[in-house]
Amino acid sequence: MAHLFEKIQRYSTALQMTPLGIALLLFLIGPIIVILITSFWKFNGFLTIPDFTVRNYVKLFTSGLTLDNYLETIRIAAIVWITTTVLGFIIAYYLVFDVLSLKAKMLLFLLCVVPFWTSGVIRMIAWIPFLGKEGVINRVLMSIGITDEPLEFLLFSEFAVILSYVHVFTLFMVAPLFNTMARIDPALIEAARDNGAKGWQILLHVIIPLCKPGIAIGTIFVLSLTLSDFTAVRLLSGANVGTVALSISNQIGSYNFAYSSANSLFLLIVLLLIVGGIMRLVDVRKQL
Amino acid sequence: MSVSKRKKTNSVSRRTVLKGTAAAAGVGAAATLGGFPTVWAQDLKDITIRQLGLAVSNMDPFAKMATDALGFTVEQTAVDLGTVGNRGITQPKSFDLLEPAYMQFKFVWPTGNFQPVDVNRLSEWDKVSGIYKESGKGWDDAWLGDGQRPNSVMYVDGAGSDFKAPGSTDQVAAMPILHNADTLGIRPDEIGRPISSWGELLNDEFNGKTALVGFPAIGGMDAAMALEALGLVSYADKGNMTKAEIDATFKQLIEWKKKGHFRALWTTFNESVNLMLSGEVVIQSMWSPAVTAVRAKGIPCVYQDLKEGYRSWSLALMIPKHVEGKKLDATYDYLNWYLSGPAGAFFAKQGYYVVTPENTKKELSPEEWDFWYEGKAAATEIRDPFGNLLEKAGAIRDGGSYKNRMGRVAVWNSVMAENEYLTEKWNEFVAS
Repeated sequence: MAHLFEKIQRYSTALQMTPLGIALLLFLIGPIIVILITSFWKFNGFLTIPDFTVRNYVKLFTSGLTLDNYLETIRIAAIVWITTTVLGFIIAYYLVFDVLSLKAKMLLFLLCVVPFWTSGVIRMIAWIPFLGKEGVINRVLMSIGITDEPLEFLLFSEFAVILSYVHVFTLFMVAPLFNTMARIDPALIEAARDNGAKGWQILLHVIIPLCKPGIAIGTIFVLSLTLSDFTAVRLLSGANVGTVALSISNQIGSYNFAYSSANSLFLLIVLLLIVGGIMRLVDVRKQL
Repeated sequence: MSVSKRKKTNSVSRRTVLKGTAAAAGVGAAATLGGFPTVWAQDLKDITIRQLGLAVSNMDPFAKMATDALGFTVEQTAVDLGTVGNRGITQPKSFDLLEPAYMQFKFVWPTGNFQPVDVNRLSEWDKVSGIYKESGKGWDDAWLGDGQRPNSVMYVDGAGSDFKAPGSTDQVAAMPILHNADTLGIRPDEIGRPISSWGELLNDEFNGKTALVGFPAIGGMDAAMALEALGLVSYADKGNMTKAEIDATFKQLIEWKKKGHFRALWTTFNESVNLMLSGEVVIQSMWSPAVTAVRAKGIPCVYQDLKEGYRSWSLALMIPKHVEGKKLDATYDYLNWYLSGPAGAFFAKQGYYVVTPENTKKELSPEEWDFWYEGKAAATEIRDPFGNLLEKAGAIRDGGSYKNRMGRVAVWNSVMAENEYLTEKWNEFVAS
């Protein structure tokens, strides 16, 4: 009996991991393998034909468009990342250190989650009536005399895309930061203060270093969401800003599955490299 | 954004059952021809045909009308054009009837996922427009149009076969159902002067106030219509450009984009409507029902007749291979009903045309026929299929008569031989 129990215990970790393993294999690894295979197929302008050709990759790495797409995408991602990190840090800091009652903390945190009751796409579309030429913001600006002409850069622009990303993705930064900050032992801050540290010194030398894992997790969320999204680009830039995901979407729209597979796979690799780099810099496991 | 709605109509009334019996009698006759056992009304009632197509022609009231008329259930799901093609290529079992555009045939048909439609089983075939027959024209003095004419990708001899000469076989890849002609939609109140050429799409006056349709192939052709009208680029065939022509087109487009000319590139019906409604653009490529939708909100919008003609499109119904037996019989019943008149009247009032105009005429009042097809001033109030007032007496349909539209096709919606190159250039245009 004891023997059997030991045996089960020995394999219990493996057993517990099996359901998730199967799900990941079927719904994540499987499709990626299909994409990998398709990326070596041939497209004749109309049909995707089974083949083994590196033509798609040669095209990908020699096309000037690839570089333009990546530069634009990385630019947008960087702006979104910096903005969401600063905002996320301020919000999390306020929730953890300035709001004293635990009930109020939880209530305010839940309030941050409320917008997530609607879909992300809806929250993106909701910006259109605000930002348009005849939208709320332009009307207000013109009625109080700040501008004479509607500001066109507000909608169908890179600005609109970044704004909607910041709006939708900031919470992905707030949540892990809130989690990390809440774990900081108040005694550490007291100790720093007792040793004569000023407010900004405590922030710089105590709180921010301890928040690194939270920032890392938030960064992974924000970057992967930003790099892979094309909905906001489609809707808020009027499909007018050349990001990697929009290019892929246009290739799929032209039924070029082979080239779009190669393109998607490369984007995935870039993303994995970024995530790998972050994991190397910061020990995210500390959080778990 | 893709609009995806699942629509199901399932109503059984005494009338339905009666009509169902009548329809079943018809199916029985057809079934005997095909060598199948007679289909009984009881069996038929349980059949559901799941149609997948665009929002312009897949809607609840229409599915209900078909269901009531046929005695089995017609279910329609509306998705965007790209999804129609993708589902046809990758998931042919997820529907019983696909409604692709002709420009998608070269992608969808060669997959072998579909069975040919036997024209001998189509009771209304002789009334189908000449556009889909050997001549490729609805009448003698009609323009043929550049690009991929529907009849060039229609006639086949077996599932997935090459396309044969128009009219040379009894099998078609799909049964044509609808066509119309696209042009520029304009806001006459904002523009305040007559517009008569595609070239106006690239007029500095409308900098930042224009939009193009965002499907690379179609947007490219609209740009070509404008560039050719302005004499900036000339084309041997706008619907099948050479690499050099594509280069010249996008060199121009990128210059215009740098000046901030294009406000947006739209990909769904609703986006194009909203661009017009919200005052973001005053001139853009548009679909006819989208213009109607703008006007329905009280904003003036004209589907502008232009001297260079129209860019036309057509939709058809393609039957996947898995449909067989009674379900296939029911499908042919539905196809025959589609061309028999009531559907024609329904869609005429939405502003586009079922391919059998004679049958549509039988189902419209003479006043409606004169308004929608003859381009004459409305003798009475004109209402949509749901009874909403569209136009008061005296109004004239913009875009003119059926002959003016479908007789002046400058180019058919096409996918070019250089499709891959065009998409690459389009992405460069977007990234510029």
